[in-house]
Amino acid sequence: MAQLDLRAKLGILADAAKYDASCASSGTRKRSSEGQAKGIGSTEGMGICHAYAPDGRCISLLKILLTNSCIFDCHYCINRKSSNVRRARFTPAEVVELTLSFYRRNYIEGLFLSSGIIRSSDYTMEQLVEVARSLREDHHFRGYIHLKTIPDADPLLIEAAGRHADRLSINVELPTESGLARLAPEKSAPRIEGAMAGVRHKIEDRQDARRRYRSAPGFAPAGQSTQMIIGADAATDRDIMTKAHGLYDRHALRRVYYSAFSPIPDASAVLPLKRPPLIREHRLYQSDWMLRFYGYSLADISAAADPASGMLPLDMDPKLAWALRFREHFPVDVNRAPREALLRVPGLGVKAVNGILAARRWRRLRLEDIARLTRSVVKLRPFLIAEDWRPVRLGDRLEVAPPPPRQQLELFAA
Amino acid sequence: MALVRLAADDDVEGWRAAARGLALAGVPADAVHWQVGDGPADLFADAEPGVPPPAPGAEAFSVPRRFVELAETALLHADPERFARLYALLLRLRDQPRAIEDRADPLIRTIEDMAKAVRRDMHKMHAFLRFRAVEEAEGERFVAWYEPEHHIVRANAGFFVRRFSTLRWSILTPQLSLHWDGISLAEGPPGQRGDAPDADPAEAAWKTYYASIFNPARLKTAAMLREMPKKYWKNMPEAALVPALVADAQRREREMIMTAQTSPAGNATLALEALREEAAQCRRCPLWKPATQTVFGEGPAGAPLMFVGEQPGDQEDLAGHPFVGPAGQLFDRALGDAGVDRSRAYVTNAVKHFKFEPRGKRRIHAKPDSGEIEACRWWIEQERDIVRPALTVALGVTAAQSLTGRSITISRARGAPVRLADGGECWITVHPSFLLRIPEADRKAEEYARFVDDLRRIGARLAELTG
Repeated sequence: MAQLDLRAKLGILADAAKYDASCASSGTRKRSSEGQAKGIGSTEGMGICHAYAPDGRCISLLKILLTNSCIFDCHYCINRKSSNVRRARFTPAEVVELTLSFYRRNYIEGLFLSSGIIRSSDYTMEQLVEVARSLREDHHFRGYIHLKTIPDADPLLIEAAGRHADRLSINVELPTESGLARLAPEKSAPRIEGAMAGVRHKIEDRQDARRRYRSAPGFAPAGQSTQMIIGADAATDRDIMTKAHGLYDRHALRRVYYSAFSPIPDASAVLPLKRPPLIREHRLYQSDWMLRFYGYSLADISAAADPASGMLPLDMDPKLAWALRFREHFPVDVNRAPREALLRVPGLGVKAVNGILAARRWRRLRLEDIARLTRSVVKLRPFLIAEDWRPVRLGDRLEVAPPPPRQQLELFAA
Repeated sequence: MALVRLAADDDVEGWRAAARGLALAGVPADAVHWQVGDGPADLFADAEPGVPPPAPGAEAFSVPRRFVELAETALLHADPERFARLYALLLRLRDQPRAIEDRADPLIRTIEDMAKAVRRDMHKMHAFLRFRAVEEAEGERFVAWYEPEHHIVRANAGFFVRRFSTLRWSILTPQLSLHWDGISLAEGPPGQRGDAPDADPAEAAWKTYYASIFNPARLKTAAMLREMPKKYWKNMPEAALVPALVADAQRREREMIMTAQTSPAGNATLALEALREEAAQCRRCPLWKPATQTVFGEGPAGAPLMFVGEQPGDQEDLAGHPFVGPAGQLFDRALGDAGVDRSRAYVTNAVKHFKFEPRGKRRIHAKPDSGEIEACRWWIEQERDIVRPALTVALGVTAAQSLTGRSITISRARGAPVRLADGGECWITVHPSFLLRIPEADRKAEEYARFVDDLRRIGARLAELTG
């Protein structure tokens, strides 16, 4: 019977955790159990997705809440105080047992533990830390641990969390302060960012110490991340990317996750019922990549968005949108252009650019060479000059932009 | 023709030794037959088994480290041509070591793609292999059945040793089996699916987790299939749940939205207040800069009738309330003449900031462009979601464009209902300010009468809808 209870709780507390998009299990220090007398687990740098759910999201960690009871009443959240959802609570020991049992069967890379706030921020944080502590110290668990951090918790608890966890995260929840005021009245943007700044400070402090003394204790070696809900407040894509850029800049975040607001059972009447198009979330991730890996500035991303509405186009990726707005930068000569210019060609990824740079030291590249390094040379062609290829002026090419959707004209329209 | 026999499909060392010898003997790539195991070589009965002696004067050579790494991975590929391809590349690199950098070269590309496929296969084995626990005399043993695509099992053993070194485990595959007893790794004969246990007590909990972590409101099966193709499903207990989860997803999402829509709008007034406060800070388009303030909609949260105008004018911008200027006064008069109760209506604008061009001391109204209408549509949609009017009236083309999403000719659209995307009923008529701009008195009176007529019809339709 006890087993059944645990499963029922797991159902409720996994369901409650599924709105958090974060799943990464990468980027932490390497650990191995080989030659160890006790314990289990390893991390090898690369994250592993052990399964994929039909929503396309990867299942890498056991992502659960310790409890879905909460004293806060954030309107977008299924676990808010006023929600009629069934409540459940794990003991720290149950979470530890469940994590180890799943890990032994190679279901997961580790644990992502979050919680509704019960009694007080400190009490809740203490419980989260206890799970991580027990896994590390009692069971010598060497897998991945991601702990959600509660902004107002005691710095000593954050310190303990960072000692055991690979990654810490604090959700900014909404991209605008006015949105936060409307949808999460008990949360405060300055407090959230203050906590992030504190975590950044500790991470850097400890990295510095470890460079000098190998024995210095680590602090969240996989850094910190955050999540923003998209489409529940009035933020435009430009606002969202401005916010994300600021967060990367100020708090050295490893990742910002964008989570399209999703309808929840027993929704608050304060919320929109419709979900934003999932493609919008995808476009934001693409612009996030452009910021971090492709050398675009925030101003470039803003310029790719519609000037009046501040929204990125949904029917093409932001890199293509940027290229179409700044046609004077194209075509780019694959045999001469610098790396930065190649990275701006829509359809050329970082790997393909590295391939081009290496190959052209050897000989001059033709279009068929580019075809071998990329997925679709047809889409790239209008933007490139190769040894045997020179496109006509970009402005005249229709094939670059996706064709507008065709609509049946109404014969008897009023 | 030279015949090289390799000990196993993943005999990287054997290939390396043979390839070096062949290269030193000056054997061209198409004169070597590579074979795994001791099977008969009928087709090449005249082939010389073994590696011929080095050609006189042949010098030892080295190849770039990158090639060694590439070969170690690509040699695990299932393609029988891999040995010959890599040998051909080796011969080329012997003369031109730097040619390895030419990643656009067809041969290098093919080999890199093979290496990539092998790496993916290894990664998927790390991810999708599932252990099942069995009780043995010495304690628990974790056993998995796995069918890799390429010859990766031995190469992958290290990963499982590093991760599960304190457990006792076995991995059974069609090529060979691996057994770890906590100290050393032993190899065994090929296994069969039936040799592995067919259930595990933890699987029920794992399936519960898999079904619960899935969000039915964001079904993306193509994304799932890209990363977890069906060929892997047969050995993953959770994959059996996928068809039912997918089939049920749309129903669950619809249900969520239906419940939310039919639930009593108890705190709709609060919701509207909160929305108004957020709108006061709106920066969605640049119109907020010159304008005095956001002019948000007004009226009861449960209003059955919603009027949507174009944008606040000069007086509305100063007062912060919609429809208080000359057009608003005309609108009130027309509503009165038509017998429609304004206090039951929610009145708002398609664009919530005053757009104008300064001319001397005056601010002249300027028409919002489609970008600005689009930016502001978010607010209209929020208002409509909260108020949920039975009937919406678009006053003028801007409102009609905002509500329907396309450009509309008033003269053709007025007088008949239009179905909106959210299912609501919408009527379209002129904006009262249009009446103010008509210079001829008789035409003005005529248009006014038509406007009142429209409103009267709308009032009647509303009575029909609300009973």
